[in-house]
Amino acid sequence: MSKTEVQLDRRKSPFYPRQAELDRLNQWHEWKGYRSADGFWEMDLEYFAQRNSAGVFDLTPMTKYRITGPDALDYLNRLVTRDMTKIKPGRVAYAVWCDDEGQVIDDGTIFHLNEGEYRLCSQERHMSWLQAAAIGMDVRIIDETEDICGLAVQGPTSFSILKNMGLHGVETLKPFDLMALNFHGAELMISRTGFTGDLGYELWISPDSALHLWDTLFEAGKLHHIRAIGTHALELARIEAGFIAAYIDFLPANVTVRSGRSRSPLELGLGWLVDFEKPNFNGRRALIEEKKRGSTWRLVKLDIEGNKEAHHSYIYDNKKGGENIGFITSAAWSPVCKQNIALGTVRTPHGKVGDKLYVEIYYQLEMHWSRVMAQATVVSKPFWDPPRKRVTPPASN
Amino acid sequence: MSDNYDAIIIGAGHNGLVCAAMLGRAGRKVLVVEANDQVGGAAITREFTEGYSVSACAHLLYQLQPAVKKELGLKLDVAAENMATVALSAEGQHLRIQNDRVAGVSEEDAGSYRAFHKRMTRFADLFNTFLNKTPPRLAKDASRSDMLTLVQLGFDIRRLGRTEMQELLRLIGMNIRDEVVERFASPKLRGAISLDAVLGTHLGPRSPNTVLTYLYRLAGAKGQISQPVGGMGAVSELLAKSARHYGVVIRTGMPVKKIVIDGGRVGGVETNSGETFSAPLVVSNADPKSTIMCLVGVKNVETGFTRRIHHIRSNGNAAKLHLALDRLPKIEGIEDHEYANRFVIAPDEGYVERAFNYAKYGESSVKPILEISFPSVSDKSMAPPGKHVMSAIVQYAPSKLRGGWTEDSKSDFLQVVMGTLSEFMPNIESCVLASELLTSADFEKQLHMTGGHWHHGELALDQFLFTRPVGGAQQYAMPVDGLYLCGAGAHPGGGVSGAAGRNAARAILKAEK
Repeated sequence: MSKTEVQLDRRKSPFYPRQAELDRLNQWHEWKGYRSADGFWEMDLEYFAQRNSAGVFDLTPMTKYRITGPDALDYLNRLVTRDMTKIKPGRVAYAVWCDDEGQVIDDGTIFHLNEGEYRLCSQERHMSWLQAAAIGMDVRIIDETEDICGLAVQGPTSFSILKNMGLHGVETLKPFDLMALNFHGAELMISRTGFTGDLGYELWISPDSALHLWDTLFEAGKLHHIRAIGTHALELARIEAGFIAAYIDFLPANVTVRSGRSRSPLELGLGWLVDFEKPNFNGRRALIEEKKRGSTWRLVKLDIEGNKEAHHSYIYDNKKGGENIGFITSAAWSPVCKQNIALGTVRTPHGKVGDKLYVEIYYQLEMHWSRVMAQATVVSKPFWDPPRKRVTPPASN
Repeated sequence: MSDNYDAIIIGAGHNGLVCAAMLGRAGRKVLVVEANDQVGGAAITREFTEGYSVSACAHLLYQLQPAVKKELGLKLDVAAENMATVALSAEGQHLRIQNDRVAGVSEEDAGSYRAFHKRMTRFADLFNTFLNKTPPRLAKDASRSDMLTLVQLGFDIRRLGRTEMQELLRLIGMNIRDEVVERFASPKLRGAISLDAVLGTHLGPRSPNTVLTYLYRLAGAKGQISQPVGGMGAVSELLAKSARHYGVVIRTGMPVKKIVIDGGRVGGVETNSGETFSAPLVVSNADPKSTIMCLVGVKNVETGFTRRIHHIRSNGNAAKLHLALDRLPKIEGIEDHEYANRFVIAPDEGYVERAFNYAKYGESSVKPILEISFPSVSDKSMAPPGKHVMSAIVQYAPSKLRGGWTEDSKSDFLQVVMGTLSEFMPNIESCVLASELLTSADFEKQLHMTGGHWHHGELALDQFLFTRPVGGAQQYAMPVDGLYLCGAGAHPGGGVSGAAGRNAARAILKAEK
């Protein structure tokens, strides 16, 4: 009897050989079929690398679609809620896309590479929806997830590192700008984007040049305390930045079964991304209706008293409890802000900026459970929002 | 300005005319724009060769809704009423079916047919109530009248009594073949009923929900078939006359290029010749697919909706054969006066299914099924004195024929059809003076209906009632403000019934309140 060998391992990023050398924890998880690290050496210090020097996160598993064709702009403009005509070549747009009911399917970034040529990046896969949106339009959609690998280089020393690499012109990049340059014969695309709410860049290159890029980057960053980081460190940084994540702060509308479990962009605090002036986009009719009627949910950023992390907590509008008005979706103690922070979802009209809410936190100390009813203030700004994020050219650190 | 209207209707098919007349009657200023030079869409009479006329697509009337006739005060002259169906046998052992009677079968089969017909017409009557109503929404924002309609549907089904209710629920999703095989011994009877269930569809007798399509055919006139004087075009002319009486303007030879949409609202239509007409309301009698994909444009609608519209199944299979005859062909065992009836060639249910097999794979049937009439027998205006015409629906000739419909494939298919006819009418070839064969691909071109499908979309449970044409547009209003559907693609479906046109007009007037 013959046996066929079946490879049971997950797909490995082109950066994997270097990551494997650095890996001391052996903690990996699955991300869209790829092996993705929780952390490499010490998760808390990886986090601090991002905030105090530079952290390098492997973005390769991000889903990447190349969208081209005569109707590409019209196509994207109907797909997402924001006005894509304003996004010129060389710019990146954070965008959100909805189903016909105005419920969020996912968020992501759209890179306007060249006139009429776009790349859409998202955490989740969306080919079926993108194809449906292409019915009757002259566009080409190619999944190039495996053809492009990416590294996010984030933190105060990230700019200096790229400069050290000899990447000319990077100093002119404003937030959400992108540029392409020749990197030892390969095209390297650099965008001033990220998921940390800090100064940072994302580097995109073909897998053949992946290791060369990694080596050059780490060599250039040696004196700038560059560190490879895993998802755990990034997750903490994105909560501080007040960014939402699919499957954590919202469920993609196409995977929800029960009614009322999906969210509209208005309910996720993304109203600024919805341009009702556009004559048509997916979800427009429903969102106009929602605007008239009022939303059911509101996403809130909470500054919570004490230091007990409010994971999965119920939210109340008074200290006594009673009927809950919502729940926490992301929570963390923020080392850089020295703040107990969380993202949560509450029923309207609760959760206006400045509202004092209460969070029921259960925590464990030496096996014993305790409960605290902590006051939480609804804040409007991201918890972490340093000016260096916006300064161009960035300061050398 | 004469170019401003309250409503513009695209397509002067019978549903468009019914809708126009009803809106006109309610005092609206209505314009109907029709691509072809003749009103009527699929209900037209046309001279196909000098001196010989036929109903060029639909050829028999069995579904025109009494409510439409009554509300528009239509007085239709009929040349033949309650025509019997003759299920032909090559050996002359024909069956004659009329109402609940069938002759030429065993006593037992005749009794079974009586019971079957009684039950089916009862179900069809119940059904008919709902064909004449806007289907209720099932969404959580369903209105009070939606709920009432639903409750009534439930109540009407319950009122059939326990046994009959169970029977209806058992049958509704079933295929007609299982039902006829269980009830009847006579192959010809099984065949004739199977043919009725599949005519105009991309379904075979073993396909699911062919009991539903059979009931659909019975709804309206309990399956009684008639032939209007002057052919089906006369029905359309009458409707056009009624519409004009209510002030409706009808412009023919004016294909619409696009529906003008501004900020999510319709503003009117633009014709191929560049003329624009303004109206806050545009009602499309075109099929849902061409309405959205061609006239509205996907950029003006949302993705989920486009996907549902894109996936509407509308593969036409019904071809039309028109023959100019020097004399009536000889049919063994058929008396002269019987030529006024309707004839079917469907010797048994297996024959019908085998004919369908070809269509599944993009081929035309080698042994097709036919529904035949000789309109000139009851209506002398259709042919020169002493001469005759034959009009036949022939299945299956799929619109998406592998290799496409060419002159060659059409002439091959014509030979196949003539061969089948010759088995039942041995001298038919010698009677033919001229012939015309139209496939569903021709209908698609001539009548602008996607796939040349009679119903503008398959009559199947997943494209029926609450989900016709698709979810989100089942109450005639499309997801563009001011845009409605009034054609066969909307609830309840095709057939010259006028139900969709009437329901749409009622929905429009109700929404205005």
